[in-house]
Amino acid sequence: MAGAILEARNLSVRFGVGRLTIAAVEDFSFALQAGESLGLVGESGSGKSTVLRAVTGLNKPAGGTILLDGTPLAMPRGLAFYSAVQMVFQDPYASLHPRHTVDQILAEPLAIHRVADPQPRILAALDEVGLGPSYRFRYPHQLSGGQRQRIAIARALILRPRIVLLDEPTSALDASVQAEILNLLEQLRRDLGLSYMLVSHDLAVVAHLCERLIVMRGGRMVETTTAAALRDGSVTEDYTRAMLAASKGFARAPAGTSLSP
Amino acid sequence: MKPSLLEVEDLHVRFPLAQGMLEAVRGVSFTLGHERLGIVGESGSGKSQTGRAILGLTAKPGIVTAKRLAFDGIDLMEAPPRLRRSLRGSRMTMVMQDPSYSLNPVMTVGQQIVEAYRAHKRVSQAEAREAARAMLDAVKISQPDRVMALYPHEVSGGMGQRVMIAMMLITGPDLLIADEPTSALDVTVRIEVLRILDQLVAERGMGLILISHDLEMVASFCDRILVMYAGRIVEELSSGNLDQAQHPYTRGLMGCVPKLSGDRHPLPVLTRDPDWAR
Repeated sequence: MAGAILEARNLSVRFGVGRLTIAAVEDFSFALQAGESLGLVGESGSGKSTVLRAVTGLNKPAGGTILLDGTPLAMPRGLAFYSAVQMVFQDPYASLHPRHTVDQILAEPLAIHRVADPQPRILAALDEVGLGPSYRFRYPHQLSGGQRQRIAIARALILRPRIVLLDEPTSALDASVQAEILNLLEQLRRDLGLSYMLVSHDLAVVAHLCERLIVMRGGRMVETTTAAALRDGSVTEDYTRAMLAASKGFARAPAGTSLSP
Repeated sequence: MKPSLLEVEDLHVRFPLAQGMLEAVRGVSFTLGHERLGIVGESGSGKSQTGRAILGLTAKPGIVTAKRLAFDGIDLMEAPPRLRRSLRGSRMTMVMQDPSYSLNPVMTVGQQIVEAYRAHKRVSQAEAREAARAMLDAVKISQPDRVMALYPHEVSGGMGQRVMIAMMLITGPDLLIADEPTSALDVTVRIEVLRILDQLVAERGMGLILISHDLEMVASFCDRILVMYAGRIVEELSSGNLDQAQHPYTRGLMGCVPKLSGDRHPLPVLTRDPDWAR
């Protein structure tokens, strides 16, 4: 497909050996277009995070190819890859080094990529995510969950990537903080022309941020659909429909709809 | 007149810290009958500490004070620790958030349920096992015998939470406090667990306090909702009248969640007024 900046073909990831092998992702393909925001939805264990980890090179694929701008990626990924693709992890309490200040956290990617004169970049990165220069010399424990996630986003954006992989970026946050982070992600995407790949179990969050989404289950693709189809309920697969019904909340007097697989 | 199941008046929970006194709960009052009450708030609002204080599970060095804290007419503030211990687990119980942290990892599921039952009832091992099997059946676990022999790491999140519910309900309590019982679960499993809770609460005529951060979920489940902010109850709502919420915090909380039904960009954000915490 022309224009796909990030693409996976027949990707599979397995964990364990012999009898204990688990196929976390099996024969999974996707194509991310430039400027697009693609969602991966599924329940825990569906392999959605593993897909992102395989793209970044954190999990070694057992089969299939991953292509950036049409070029297959090699293991280990080089500096060029990481300056184009960055990732934001789920838990901002676990993904920041507890004994590094914000300044050290943001300086590290710049040092690795040998960026000259990192100081203005750090200040600009803080400003981008809505934090003032006063946050620069704080430690993660001096920040709230939302502020930490802003730092994690700043760290991902400081190298000016084109693609940002978001692994449940708001699920550890309170609802009001989630709204702030979602707005920030939207605004950054618009301002910097980013492409997102968003993993979430929350259909409403994915529909809010993404135009197109892939529903996963047991490591395989169930359905490719659009946010608009989610909103008007015109999804084709029963599993997606069950997830949609479940996300609407609890309804007394069960209408005989079985949600179990 | 029969006293209400639970009376809470002017409950305070304080934690003395090096930086001064942290007031986690500041003057919470409510009464609970045989109904489903939801307590909603964000992290740090004191909702879990309220639940823990009722059971007497406040972590040290927390200090609990209240004008009145009574369960079925028993004054809990005056009750000796022995009495509170015997009430806890038999007549008032709590389901915790994450089954993988709150079950004992080195005991099988069956042993743990049997232990919970025999701590309060003078019954033989065999009778307790039979009761545990019946209880697992009641929480819709299809092969109770197989599941009873499993260790907590061998069961899924949804099944673990059902095991927790079974363990907490086996003694036939009058009051169940469920602290974020479904937050660690997937959406489809979440509904199933709620349905089981709903059915058991209705069948047994228990009082239920459901503590959660998810206003929509609580509204669809409970009869009455208390919204907490900074250690206080800012608003009380009946679940049908969610749209009539008056307090700006409640309205803000409802507005800032992305919904499938409406596409709004950017999302409205909650602007916090320092007055709310006063």
